[in-house]
Amino acid sequence: MSRVPLRPLARILSARQKGEDHKAIENENIHQRMLAARGRQRQMAEGRLLIASICFAVAFSAVGVKMFALSSTEPREPRTASSASKIYAQRANIVDRNGRILATNLSTYSLYAQPHLMTDPENSAVELATIFPDLGVEDLLEDFTGKRKFLWIKKKISPEQKQRVHDIGDPGLLFGPREMRLYPNGKLAAHVLGGAGFGREDVHSAEVIGNAGVERTFDAFLRDPAQENAPLELAIDLSVQDTAERVLYGGMKLMNAKAASSVLMDVKTGEIISLVSLPDFDPNTRPNPKATLDAADNPLFNRAVQGVYELGSTFKLFTIAQALELGLMNKNTMIPTRGPLVWGKFKIRDFHDYGAKLSVTDVLVKSSNIGTAKIAIDIGVKRQKEFLDSLGLLTATPLEISEAAGGRPQLPPNWSELSAMTISYGHGIANSPVHLAAAYSSILNGGYKVEPTILKNPNPERGERVVSEQVSATMRDLLRQVVVRGTASFGEVAGYEVGGKTGTADKPNPQGGYYEDKVIATFASVFPASNPRYVLIVTLDEPSENSGAKPRRTAGWTAVPVAAEMIRRIAPLVGLRPVIEPGPGFGIVQAKGSSQ
Amino acid sequence: MRVFVYLCLGAMVMFLAFWAYRENYETQEALRQVETLQGEIGELRTSIRVQEAEWAYLNRPNRLRELTELNFERLELMPLAPQHFGSLEQVAYPELPELGEITETIELRGELPNDEGSIQSTLSTGGQP
Repeated sequence: MSRVPLRPLARILSARQKGEDHKAIENENIHQRMLAARGRQRQMAEGRLLIASICFAVAFSAVGVKMFALSSTEPREPRTASSASKIYAQRANIVDRNGRILATNLSTYSLYAQPHLMTDPENSAVELATIFPDLGVEDLLEDFTGKRKFLWIKKKISPEQKQRVHDIGDPGLLFGPREMRLYPNGKLAAHVLGGAGFGREDVHSAEVIGNAGVERTFDAFLRDPAQENAPLELAIDLSVQDTAERVLYGGMKLMNAKAASSVLMDVKTGEIISLVSLPDFDPNTRPNPKATLDAADNPLFNRAVQGVYELGSTFKLFTIAQALELGLMNKNTMIPTRGPLVWGKFKIRDFHDYGAKLSVTDVLVKSSNIGTAKIAIDIGVKRQKEFLDSLGLLTATPLEISEAAGGRPQLPPNWSELSAMTISYGHGIANSPVHLAAAYSSILNGGYKVEPTILKNPNPERGERVVSEQVSATMRDLLRQVVVRGTASFGEVAGYEVGGKTGTADKPNPQGGYYEDKVIATFASVFPASNPRYVLIVTLDEPSENSGAKPRRTAGWTAVPVAAEMIRRIAPLVGLRPVIEPGPGFGIVQAKGSSQ
Repeated sequence: MRVFVYLCLGAMVMFLAFWAYRENYETQEALRQVETLQGEIGELRTSIRVQEAEWAYLNRPNRLRELTELNFERLELMPLAPQHFGSLEQVAYPELPELGEITETIELRGELPNDEGSIQSTLSTGGQP
């Protein structure tokens, strides 16, 4: 920077020549220098201020960011597993409607090997084979001496096994923590729960994923950390489920059936209190689906949900309910039942000859196919289809068991008048027992449609109306009469006013046509009939009752007694008191403090 | 004066540095403690789950049924059936507690009015109730 002299000679000399005061020039220059100096100082001060304010801003914003971060972070759940693992292994419990555990998680260990760290592979292989009898010495030795650097030996081991492996003392045998799904009740409710297996896995942890049943449907919910391990509450009642399984198993053996299923549903809410499918399996050691087995013989097959069967005469209830709802007839209208009813090449017969005509009531009570078919003609194809659709019988059920989507009803490809007639008594249409339970509940609960659900939901929204209150009451009365004086007389359980309808359908032969001596026997019941609380569907596959001279296969002889025993055992468990017909000087008084 | 201010500033910087140093270690200590506590909570939760699982396993209906069958002579437990609902008349009144011998009696005389209002009897307490 060139410095301007205070007394520039040229200017002073010229000022002197003109006779001016040369001091003024000097003063002016001094003044300018001062201005320049002040400007520089000002600039410096401003710069300092800027730096200081930046420092403050950074400091305060750092504090602010930290505060924001603290206030906006999610609380983290304490976990034992190392935070390095990216796989979230927690999985919520599944409990029954009273909070009893149906499925839970247990910490256990997996066993893996790193052969390059092993000191004595031969000895380790021999020792391991004695601890785990299902492992072969040769296979292990081959793995241990091969090129692999890592291999899984067992995915789940017990603490005792872990100790024994530890005692081998080989540094190449290592353990990793594992979460394991445990079903403490064993086979109980196996088909509802499904099962779980491992998904992604590494040494530190593994994903437990549901692979069937509600475990699969609610997989995301159960694994969602945001739920903070809130259990999944099912509508199942553990005691009822156990009793149902036990009684049904006994009944299945007694009636020489090869399989059986039952559904107990709350008529008002559609909650499934118990769902049994036999034969069953243990979800703790879920068997692999065998390709060779026929689907229907596989224990993994859920008959109550996936199995669609022609449910036979149980469908007559729908036909008659619709006829009454449409006002085509009342329960005393006489229907001609002289048989056989011939329609083209097809003949409809009754189990017995019921004479020239029967009242609508007796068509149901005595289970006349001809009578029901005649009623179906009056209703017509279109209206029948609409009504069955409104009951949910034409689509898969919305039940939250992953297999339910596979239980799609089988409908006639061409819904002709003949189809309408056979469907009116439950042939030519195949549904699952859960379908039947939901449809019966909808008709008998006062006429509101219910959706079957496996979740505890005591106050669902009321569905649309399917039949009127009066028709619902009439149907309950008719079902009661079927038990009192009709085909289901073995269904009477003193005090519980059981009402129900039997259904016996010949099993279709895969080669075409129907088997002569194989049936599906179904009993669809409701109790107590006057104020319905529960609907119970019992289905036996190929039953035959052999106490008489020749085997009896009708539902009245097979499914009905089993269902009656189930009701007798289950009703007290759900808190239903027997209603005793009032006699002289006899009654039940509820003792104080002993409700339930 | 200026020297004094510098000294003060230096002392303050040293003090603050010391304070920050301590704070830092305390924070780390607190974080470690939180981690330990979280680990402990996690372990306790795991053990609660294990015990719940064990409880559920020991109370599984199959086992309870076997136990009632094994101990039937002692417990006489039956599956619940409709006839087990009783009526009030079937409930026996509890036996009256035995009263001991009454020894120190007091003689008391009085009159009770009966329904008509006339005086009928004289009571005396004492002896057997």
